Amino acid sequence: MTGTLTTPAVSIGDVSVRFQSKRAEVTAIQQVSLDVAPGEFVSIVGPSGCGKSTLLKLVSGLLSPSSGSVTLLGEPVNGPRHDIGFVFQRAALLEWRSARRNILLQAEMRGMNSAEAGRRADELIEMTGLSGFENALPHELSGGMQQRVALCRALLHQPRVLLMDEPFGALDALTREQMNVELHRVWRETGTTVLLVTHSIAESVYLANRVIVLTRRPAVVHEVIEVDLAGTRDYSATMARPEFASTTAHIRELLGAVTGQD
Amino acid sequence: MDKVQADRWRGVAERTWRPAALLAACLAVWHLITVTGLVEAYLVPSPAKTFGLLVDKWSYLWGHTWVTTYETILGFVIAGVLGVLVAVAMVYSRTIESTAYPILLFAQVIPKIAIAPLFVVWLGFGLEPKVIVAVLMAFFPVVISTVTGLKSVDTEMLDLAATMGGGPVKTFVKIRFPAALPHLFAGLKVAVTLAVTGAVVGEFVGSNEGLGYVILQANGNMDTPMLFAGLIVISVVGVLLFLLLDLAERLMLPWHASRRGAAVTTLLAKGGS
Repeated sequence: MTGTLTTPAVSIGDVSVRFQSKRAEVTAIQQVSLDVAPGEFVSIVGPSGCGKSTLLKLVSGLLSPSSGSVTLLGEPVNGPRHDIGFVFQRAALLEWRSARRNILLQAEMRGMNSAEAGRRADELIEMTGLSGFENALPHELSGGMQQRVALCRALLHQPRVLLMDEPFGALDALTREQMNVELHRVWRETGTTVLLVTHSIAESVYLANRVIVLTRRPAVVHEVIEVDLAGTRDYSATMARPEFASTTAHIRELLGAVTGQD
Repeated sequence: MDKVQADRWRGVAERTWRPAALLAACLAVWHLITVTGLVEAYLVPSPAKTFGLLVDKWSYLWGHTWVTTYETILGFVIAGVLGVLVAVAMVYSRTIESTAYPILLFAQVIPKIAIAPLFVVWLGFGLEPKVIVAVLMAFFPVVISTVTGLKSVDTEMLDLAATMGGGPVKTFVKIRFPAALPHLFAGLKVAVTLAVTGAVVGEFVGSNEGLGYVILQANGNMDTPMLFAGLIVISVVGVLLFLLLDLAERLMLPWHASRRGAAVTTLLAKGGS
């Protein structure tokens, strides 16, 4: 363990991202700073196309910032990092592999010990309720099931940081709630640091320790909201709590104000 | 078990009867044209005469069929391997892509029948010129389809692979190439039928064996039954090679084929549920 409680798991320092479009230089992100403590769950919300996903790409090293610095687990990020797990909105599964073998792709790519990886995969399958679907091909699985497979794949190598880019955006409302509950449990059980980009205010508050509200492009941090809810969160009980209602109302107001201004 | 088997055969029958009926209708029309004397018999021989000849001259035709099939398969395999290699190089290097593309296109649009005599001049009357023409015919669709296939991989999947840290070789073997296989097979199926044409064109230009030679000889002798017989055998060779590839595709890509309902490919289907 290189990271201690004092070293943030993710540290984004004064980062800007600019890219050249056909006509002009566009600034996607402007001087964003953010520290995420180890084991913390941070949600990022903001208007569509404001650069939330760009932020995750920066942390994973898939994209380099135009200026500023990104540090992951105490080491500066330059180039794709292998010590993270990534979940996208689309499950991005290999359609010729069964659920279990899709999860094990992570192990094969990393050259992990296959017996150990198999055990770990079975654990995750159990934990995410995929039991009985191990040998199903992706097209035989529902959207929620596919996303569970993607989550298992992202967790197989026990990454200390999990990046999620609107992972439940394509699911129906009920499945989404169910997935929220499961993700909350998985997070509590694994102690992984999570950065979640989402469009759902309820989701962001239910899951997170902190919610980061970004503005429209060029994205800057509009406000950081500490979520003051209990460690274990029963879904309907949490939804009914006055703190939950006031926090979501506050974020909704912020986002309304953010999208309204220009 | 027996019910499954019965359902399977019913499925096969359901898929086969329409093309079979159409084929029978065509034969009937062909038969009628010849028996009514609508067309002179020396111009269009009757089906009976043609198929009679196919049976009588079987050993003669078999030898030539084997020659053409051999040239076709050789040309097809070379085109397949070369095509995939070139496609991979083009997908991974923009420089190679921009350099090779114009040459490829040029090689494709140049009429093969017009350059075939050149190969005869260079390489003589043996196997080589036929194989080269077959390769030239079959190469292009393989390259185009493989390039399309390799480029059609999810960018998210490639991003994911980058975070998994397997390196380019593992990414290619485990993700990119298998993902390109459906496209590759589409290209191979087109290529194999073109390879048959290529081999026959090569034989037209200069040879003393093969089905192209048979047809030229028959043409010279005004032997229309033999000409028709040769055409039928060539078509059968092409169809069989196509079906063989289709079968290979079904065996290798059940995950893909199972969700597809193309009419041509259901002939050999195992009658899924």
